[in-house]
Amino acid sequence: MNDHATIIEWTSICDIDDIVPDTGVCALLDDEQVAVFRIGAGDFYAIDNVDPVSEAAVLSRGLVGSLTERIVVASPIHKQHFDLRTGECLEAPEYSVRTWQVRRQGSTLQIRRGDA
Amino acid sequence: MTMKLVVIGNGMVGHKLLEELSALRPLGLDITVLCEEGRPAYDRVHLSEFFSGKSEYDLSLVTPGFFDQPGMHLRLATRAVRIDRAIKRVTTADGEIIPYDKLVLAMGSTPFVPSIPGNDRPGCLVYRTLDDLGALAGWGARSTHGVVVGGGLLGLECAKALRDLGLETHVVEFAPRLMAVQVDDIGGQILRRTIEALGLTVHTGKNTVEIVDGETARHRMKFADGGYLETDLIVFSAGIRPRDELARQSELGVGERGGIMVDNFCRTRDRDVYAIGECALWGGKLFGLVAPGYEMARVVASHLHALLTRKQSSGLPEFAGADMSTKLKLMGVDVASIGDAHGATPGSRSYQFSDGRRQVYKKLVVSEDGKRLLGGVLVGDAAEYGTLLQMMINGLELPEAPESLILPASGGGAAPGLAIDALPATAQICSCNNVTKGQLCEAVIAGATSIGALQAATRAGTTCGGCVPLVTQIMKAQMKRQGLVVNHSLCEHFAYSRQELYHLVRVERIRRFDDLLARHGTGLGCDICKPTVASILASCWNEFVLQQEHVSLQDSNDYFLANIQKDGTYSVVPRMPGGEVTPDGLIVVGQIAKKYGLYTKLTGGQRVDMFGARLEQLPLIWEELIAAGFESGHAYGKSLRTVKSCVGSTWCRYGVQDSVGTAIDLEHRYKGLRSPHKLKFGVSGCARECAEAQGKDVGVIATEKGWNLYVCGNGGMKPRHAELLAGDLDTATLIRYIDRFLMFYIRTADRLQRTSAWRDNLEGGMDYLRDVIVNDRLGIVAELEAEMRHVVDTYECEWKRAVSDPAVRRRFHHFVNSDAGDERVVFVPERGQIRPAAPTERRRRHERIPVVVETE
Ligand code: SRM
Ligand SMILES: Cc1cc2nc3c(=O)[nH]c(=O)nc-3n(C[C@H](O)[C@H](O)[C@H](O)COP(=O)(O)OP(=O)(O)OC[C@H]3O[C@@H](n4cnc5c(N)ncnc54)[C@H](O)[C@@H]3O)c2cc1C
Ligand code: SF4
Ligand code: FES
Repeated sequence: MNDHATIIEWTSICDIDDIVPDTGVCALLDDEQVAVFRIGAGDFYAIDNVDPVSEAAVLSRGLVGSLTERIVVASPIHKQHFDLRTGECLEAPEYSVRTWQVRRQGSTLQIRRGDA
Repeated sequence: MTMKLVVIGNGMVGHKLLEELSALRPLGLDITVLCEEGRPAYDRVHLSEFFSGKSEYDLSLVTPGFFDQPGMHLRLATRAVRIDRAIKRVTTADGEIIPYDKLVLAMGSTPFVPSIPGNDRPGCLVYRTLDDLGALAGWGARSTHGVVVGGGLLGLECAKALRDLGLETHVVEFAPRLMAVQVDDIGGQILRRTIEALGLTVHTGKNTVEIVDGETARHRMKFADGGYLETDLIVFSAGIRPRDELARQSELGVGERGGIMVDNFCRTRDRDVYAIGECALWGGKLFGLVAPGYEMARVVASHLHALLTRKQSSGLPEFAGADMSTKLKLMGVDVASIGDAHGATPGSRSYQFSDGRRQVYKKLVVSEDGKRLLGGVLVGDAAEYGTLLQMMINGLELPEAPESLILPASGGGAAPGLAIDALPATAQICSCNNVTKGQLCEAVIAGATSIGALQAATRAGTTCGGCVPLVTQIMKAQMKRQGLVVNHSLCEHFAYSRQELYHLVRVERIRRFDDLLARHGTGLGCDICKPTVASILASCWNEFVLQQEHVSLQDSNDYFLANIQKDGTYSVVPRMPGGEVTPDGLIVVGQIAKKYGLYTKLTGGQRVDMFGARLEQLPLIWEELIAAGFESGHAYGKSLRTVKSCVGSTWCRYGVQDSVGTAIDLEHRYKGLRSPHKLKFGVSGCARECAEAQGKDVGVIATEKGWNLYVCGNGGMKPRHAELLAGDLDTATLIRYIDRFLMFYIRTADRLQRTSAWRDNLEGGMDYLRDVIVNDRLGIVAELEAEMRHVVDTYECEWKRAVSDPAVRRRFHHFVNSDAGDERVVFVPERGQIRPAAPTERRRRHERIPVVVETE
């Protein structure tokens, strides 16, 4: 099972060029699915991949964009928007998701749990 | 006190009375309605649309539940045959006796059939009721030639309907010109040419003396001048006669030429009997139009209401005559007649303009002092109808040079239109529904800021439609006054409508979303504007949608070229054009479905859908399908879905054309075309319509001579029948019209607007659309065709491209850092196939209770 030490470590998941600008991918971390997004050339965000509304693991496949000041992804199932910085669900805050931390090491992308 | 009201006739006017009464909700009113026809009130004004696909249900004027109201009794198929005024009773044809306190006669008219020997031969028909049209359709199917006797408003409408049924149609008129009542000689000549251009043959000054057996057709019509004409069916449309037989029988006053005499409250000489609509004679005049009848219905409703509530009758509305201006509602033929069209007013002066090349004739009749408009005639171009009508009705002062109102604008300056602001609030804008400018403005203030909302709130424009342009102008002016901008912004990132963005993309030759956003938008874009722009770019330039620059714009389904399902799996729909598939094709589909453990189902669009594919399986599945000759079915795109077909003349004993072949050709032509919403077609091999083509965006139905083209139908949430755009087309013309239609839709529709909603919002409706597509009113058809040619020529199967592009294939993995599949996808068996596990079933599985997934 999840050992605390491994979770707080940064985990390399892919090369930044594995993500097409303005789209997302899904990374597997132990048992958990994380949706990682690339906005423009070099901004990265990560949130849970499971859409809490439909319970399907699909958020990485949503369309990204902005709503006023927020940067959001729209769930491909029923189009709720999730704030990529905070994980908040704009339409129904009770369905908010967790955020993860992302960093670049050279051309490698790394993530770890946001609450670490 | 209870008042027993009996209404004889449930036509347009009789029903308007019931609606008015029901809105006033007087207590103690018990209404019995005797309706001779087998169905309650329907829209007779739009009767001809029965032939372009409107059903009895579409034409009905009765809101659901209307006759279930307490105190309302409807007797269908019940004719009144006798009135006993002394004992206040009505007798029906079945011998039933119905007592009344008050009686309203709303019996309308009957078509006048001239007393020509032979006028009752089988195949001699009239044009007044839905049953008449049913009979006409029946005879029409067995005929090749048709004649309409009478070249008035109705006769021409009927002739056009016969022509659309595919008959060679002639109009035989007694008078020396068409529409003799409304237009003068010059107007009549131009009208004749326009009518003949529609493919009708016109004979004026013909007096039919006898109808006998024909040699080449069912009938021969013999004329007084010795000539004759052979035809299979004849429709008499030589005027109408008020139905006043009950009034004659019960000795109510009847005019010399018919009609039940009424006073300003529409009362007959018996205080307890009223007459309204076409059967009533007021001031020596009969009114063969619906608007005056509606006005009479309102007068009688308030009168009855006042009696019931014991209100003073002074101050009640009175009938004061009506304007008889009319506009012909025939496609491609603009004819209108306003007020004193013939200049009968003493001292009146007239101005005329005619343009032989464009076949336009306009005439104004003005008062002696040149200040007021008295009437006019418009042939060939009736755009000014609404404006002129308002000027006349409201007595607005004419400009210095009244002729400028009908002269074409020269030197770029616009012709002086009607200043909407000059109209008083009391000006009646919609005469059919008695809606004033003031009422329209109030409704706009109350929030009705679209034409649809305004129509729903006021009913303006819902009957003859003649007032819609003015209603729209008033709405816009009022919105402007309130500081409301007609807001068409697509979303917060673009202050433009989809239509405007489309033009920007075309005109500035923009090929990338980023470029458009930088030039005309703000922010990053969103899930509204990105797919919209992606679709526009695809319609214009037809580049591969999953190309690096476009992929991030695609809606979730286009993003993986498959429809996402509730559990995050996808469906796979290979194209099966026209629903045709070979046994080998079916076997391959079956083998693939079995191999990947997919759930299979036949769709409502005549093809096979395979569900439950995981992301990483999609390219593998498609590789196998492509190898077997299948292509993407675009079930995921806002693009052409299916062209449904019936088996047609190849096998079916009734088929008259090869519907399957045409469906397949159409499907191949338009496959891959991106549009504002999805597009569905249907092609039927004969009028039996097994392909349900009239429920599609584009419906094609075979005729003996070619194809009838119907457009703007759909099923879905708000089903809509398609309407006839053009008839008897050869295949090449059919395709040209569809090219134009689709590209015009793509140019001008809103995001996610199906063709039917688009058509409803098109000012001018179907007539306008036809004018653009068939008559090239905007001079753009060549462009539209060229744009379509580009899309057709650059088609490639998206899936073929996707599976052969490594950059694209890389995206089809659930995890970027693992080859594992999504373990949240869990299936359970049902009826021998799989289905997604319900959340509870899935949780159980996570507690390690095994669930079988059968994959070979
Ligand atoms: C598979 C199918 C049902 C079936 O099992 O038969 C189906 C399934 C879906 N329909 Fe449908 N529709 C299917 C035929 C129809 C039909 C019947 C027809 O085409 O003859 C209609 C009514 C006709 C019409 O559209 O005019 C129909 C009216 C809709 C609508 C309502 C459209 C409207 O204008 O009101 C939607 C919603 C939408 O498009 O916004 C919809 C949307 C959908 C979507 C795409 C919903 C979604 O986004 O997940 C469904 C997913 C399909 C998939 O995963 O492949 N589907 N849908 C049919 C696929 C036909 C095909 O071969 O492509
Ligand atoms: C094809 C066509 C196109 C038209 N286009 C236009 C147009 O563009 N603009 C316009 O203003 N007008 C138009 N009109 C005319 C318009 O339809 C009529 O003015 C309107 O329907 C009159 O309404 P009404 O209720 O008086 O008569 P109707 O609608 O004819 O209704 C009378 C009803 O009473 C019933 N009835 C009669 N006698 C009895 C009885 N003894 N017992 C029981 N029931 C009885 C009849 O069966 C009928 O159903 C058109 C008419 C036709 C046929
Ligand atoms: S529509 Fe006509 S041709 Fe086609 S299958 Fe039906 S009956 Fe046959
Ligand atoms: S005037 Fe006929 S609908 Fe308005």
